Amino acid sequence: MSLVLKNVVKRVGSETHIYDTSVELHDEGFNILLGTTLSGKTSLIQLMAGLERPTSGEIWFKGKNVTGVPVQKRNVSMVHQQFINYPNFSVFDNIASPLRVVNLSRSAIDERVGRVAEMLKLTPMLGRNPNELSGGQQQRTALARALVKDSDLVLLDEPLANLDYKLREELRDDLPKLFADRGCMVVYATSEPAEALSLGGHTAALHNGQLTQYGETPSVYRQPTSLRSAKVFSDPPINSAPVTKKDGRIHLNDQVSWDATPAQMHIADGQYNIAVRAHHITPTPPSGASVKVSGRILVTELSGSESVAHFVMDDQTWISQSHGVHANKVGAVAQYYIDIDRCLFFDLDNKRIAA
Amino acid sequence: MKKFTWLVPTIYILFLMLPIYWLLNMSFKTTNEILGVFTLWPQEFTFENYIAIFTDSTWYNGYINSVTYVVINTVISVSAALPAAYAFSRYRFLGDKHLFFWLLTNRMAPPAVFALPFFQLYSAANLFDTPLAVALAHGLFNIPLAVWILEGFMSGVPKELDETAYVDGYSFPRFFVKIFMPTIAAGIGVTAFFCFMFSWVELLLAKTLTSVAAKPIAAIMTRTASTSGYELGLLAAAGALTIIPGAIVIYFVRNHIAKGFALGRV
Repeated sequence: MSLVLKNVVKRVGSETHIYDTSVELHDEGFNILLGTTLSGKTSLIQLMAGLERPTSGEIWFKGKNVTGVPVQKRNVSMVHQQFINYPNFSVFDNIASPLRVVNLSRSAIDERVGRVAEMLKLTPMLGRNPNELSGGQQQRTALARALVKDSDLVLLDEPLANLDYKLREELRDDLPKLFADRGCMVVYATSEPAEALSLGGHTAALHNGQLTQYGETPSVYRQPTSLRSAKVFSDPPINSAPVTKKDGRIHLNDQVSWDATPAQMHIADGQYNIAVRAHHITPTPPSGASVKVSGRILVTELSGSESVAHFVMDDQTWISQSHGVHANKVGAVAQYYIDIDRCLFFDLDNKRIAA
Repeated sequence: MKKFTWLVPTIYILFLMLPIYWLLNMSFKTTNEILGVFTLWPQEFTFENYIAIFTDSTWYNGYINSVTYVVINTVISVSAALPAAYAFSRYRFLGDKHLFFWLLTNRMAPPAVFALPFFQLYSAANLFDTPLAVALAHGLFNIPLAVWILEGFMSGVPKELDETAYVDGYSFPRFFVKIFMPTIAAGIGVTAFFCFMFSWVELLLAKTLTSVAAKPIAAIMTRTASTSGYELGLLAAAGALTIIPGAIVIYFVRNHIAKGFALGRV
């Protein structure tokens, strides 16, 4: 059982929403589509559901070509970012609707709806109308409708994006439990790297309608194959800058350079781009090798136990993220340490080179 | 200053209600009283005028004819406009915006323009002097109106609702009838109301396309004099009764009507 996209392209008018994409999604756990708005997450989900037909290419599911099969015959479930429920149905009827369509017996419907409602803590609301519920309850109703039928493929299109912070955390913890041992594939679109990391599974990084990388979530995070993937999978944005390697030293600019670490020794001399995540640039030196830089602070943000500072060095803005509260004045010159062991090296085509 | 805030609305309502009061006032008077003396309320209160209307078939048939073609027109307009409005709200096709605007231009020509061709065409099709002829003719301005109002309501429903229903296994017709139409029920109500209203008040086409059998009440009311002289009391009573269907219909959509106006589609 697997979902395979073969050279799928989706064009609408003169715009290309999805460029030539081939990928075989993993059967177990979550498949996460990670990308910003307009990166093609929703387009891909609609193609996978069968709501849209690809302009060219094929979609295979469970070893069958389902490219032209309409969504009604595909046995999929879907939850949208907006809270979509049938406003004229009660919560019970909303959840029961996919079962009514296939003419399940009344007792079977009651039993299954009851079970799903219990799981999603909706039992007291079953008699109410969806628009009388809070946002979280509305989205749980939509989730319940997706869970109530034994679909082969569950598509979740940023289901938590319109919820407030607390509800989001709560539902995010529940989601993997809800889908555990259901034997269905789950595709989950999100724009937040943190959400992808906490859900685990496999991640497909998307950028402007192009799939930049697909693999296990932690490995896509730690070993991005291209600068694009690294950028998609970073929040705050990843720092990147050109460097030159010469005679065993790596030069970031006239003042900043360091001796290549053992891993970086293997890289041939030449010009590269490096990328450093914000939390690998800190105001205090990390435990391993590091290089000291200084810059004028542009913006500082405090979020509870974390400090984020944007500073300028060489006409370029760098972002530092660190634990603890580091109160730095805007405009002051401050010193930061770049963890050079964590620098990712990319060639000038922005393909990653092992280091 | 604050004491007089009631003044302006009161004057406004007074002016608004005055003609209606005067109509009702006259309808309970005898024609002699109307023509003879100026009275603020009926001196000889009488139901004669109403009794005359409800017993004279030429009068009450006018109401039956009017209601018949108005109801037929409302049903035709709404059922033709529902799929059209759905297409305009959900699909992009070549020239969709121009076609949509062209629909509106149909409301810009006065019905008088069409009176003559309609008269000939409906006569040729043997529909002259039937309620169906008037109902179809009123579709000329009511269907575009219905499409415009319904499109506004339909575009307010996210297309994700359609997608969710398809994912749940609904076929298009089943989704449309079971989920989509109830979702925009208020819009359908408002649309039906406006179709009803515009068809009810239209006189020219209704008069041109009928002679005896399907003569509408408004045409009968233009007959101010009869063999028995002026019958102003009778006319006033007929006018008072003509207000009633509109009042009944507006009662049902009173909560949704503002939305129809707010959409700027009326």
